[in-house]
Amino acid sequence: MFVAGIDIGSRGSKAVIMEDSRMVSFSICETGPESSKTARFTIDEALNGTGLSLEDIGYVVATGYGRILVPFAKANVSEISCHARGANWYFPSVRTILDMGGQDCKAINCDENGRVTNFIMNDKCAGGTGRFLEVIADVLQVPLDEIGDLSLKSTQDITFSTVCAVFAKSEALALLRKGVSRSDILAGLHDAIAVRCLNLLKRVVINKDFTVTGGISKNIGMVEKIKNKVGLEPVLAPDPQIIGALGAALFAQEKAQAQSK
Amino acid sequence: MLFAGLDMGSLTTKVVIMEDNEVLSWNMINSAEEGELRARKVIAAALEDTDFRLEDIVYIVVTGAGRKSISLAHKQRAPGSCFARGINRLFPTVRTVIDVGAETCTVVRINERGAADDSIGNERCASGTGVFLETMAKLMQMPLEEMARASLLAEGKAEISNMCTIFAEQEVISHVHRDPPTPKNDIIAGIHASMATQVGGLAKRIGIAGDVAFTGGVARNIGFARALEEHLGIRLTIPDEPELVAALGAACIAREEGVRKP
Repeated sequence: MFVAGIDIGSRGSKAVIMEDSRMVSFSICETGPESSKTARFTIDEALNGTGLSLEDIGYVVATGYGRILVPFAKANVSEISCHARGANWYFPSVRTILDMGGQDCKAINCDENGRVTNFIMNDKCAGGTGRFLEVIADVLQVPLDEIGDLSLKSTQDITFSTVCAVFAKSEALALLRKGVSRSDILAGLHDAIAVRCLNLLKRVVINKDFTVTGGISKNIGMVEKIKNKVGLEPVLAPDPQIIGALGAALFAQEKAQAQSK
Repeated sequence: MLFAGLDMGSLTTKVVIMEDNEVLSWNMINSAEEGELRARKVIAAALEDTDFRLEDIVYIVVTGAGRKSISLAHKQRAPGSCFARGINRLFPTVRTVIDVGAETCTVVRINERGAADDSIGNERCASGTGVFLETMAKLMQMPLEEMARASLLAEGKAEISNMCTIFAEQEVISHVHRDPPTPKNDIIAGIHASMATQVGGLAKRIGIAGDVAFTGGVARNIGFARALEEHLGIRLTIPDEPELVAALGAACIAREEGVRKP
């Protein structure tokens, strides 16, 4: 039986289709203003090329910020549970997860079955979220998907006194005017964010089996800084942005099985 | 004898000059220049219509975010002590000062002797500061002065639940694009109320006692001041020149120090 997980995030929407614990396909799309339309578009993208249609999917679980607005989902599960479950599928030994999303950042502990045992979340401040990096990429006029690589080219340490996106933006502009290179500014900002992530992680248990998920984990400069601050090498999924949707698909499978019994 | 208090803010630089125990003159400049240069400029501007020169000032106390590395000052003082001294000179019954500047928000509790007992500030976050309002004014495409009054005309209040400037911006945008759009005045009332929750929350953390003064550049924003009064459920005392309280306090301290060590 085919099942699907759909993760309607604040910036990106992801879908994963599974059959018997095997991933069939996935998609990553931009979240539009209407969650129901975004959901349909994202699932259609994942179905595309599989020869399947939405009617063939026996059970859909929705997660993420827009999870209650997915008309074709039979259930919804919080993204915290889904990230733990999805990370557990790839890495059964992982007990600490840092999820860096578009508008929030979470540190999660889970057990050997991928069940959440503890978590802490920052969704009050843009510092440490994708939104922060967007603001910075915009002010430095560097495409968002290039800032991580560019930050690795830094040759001097710049310390930022704040992770407030508004103040960091003006500090970055002032440094740029002084002639400081974009790579040095970016490295300093990535460093400040990594410190913030470390502080979040310290409030749960930091286990040596540790992974980073969410869209920002695709930024290699960010992952490098987190590795240095935490002092641990994180394991990374092939596409760490779909972990939430994958976890939702695993919940869909479980729920479908429970239903058929 | 002349004494001066300098307040090196992130956006503006202020000075109050005292001749013995009377305020002789004051000035405020808006400049992004290097600290020492700004300090000299603002003092020169304050002395312009007087018969005095910089050399006539016997003692200078500097405060504010940029107080370090001002070599012409004799002493640095934390803003908290200066707010306390300044407000005590103007309004002796005030026991709490809420100061909202361009990039800071500070609440100071003052004892019966007019000295700072305790103070609390936001930790390098734009929420609850002038920058928050400035960002919102840009977003609403209105001059800040116009936005300040608009909330007084509001018939309702939009809900803005995010304190973070960046997230609140998105909430405001969604109000503008709603069908039908939320009335502009209501959005602005929501913006002021949201920031009042942030600033008022800081004040409540330190504890509000006695008369409460509202100072700093943002105290000129009538819409926000009303929202803060509403949030706290009290009337606020607002000085005529709300930006100058820290500089005035620094000048009072300069006089004391200067008289003691001639």
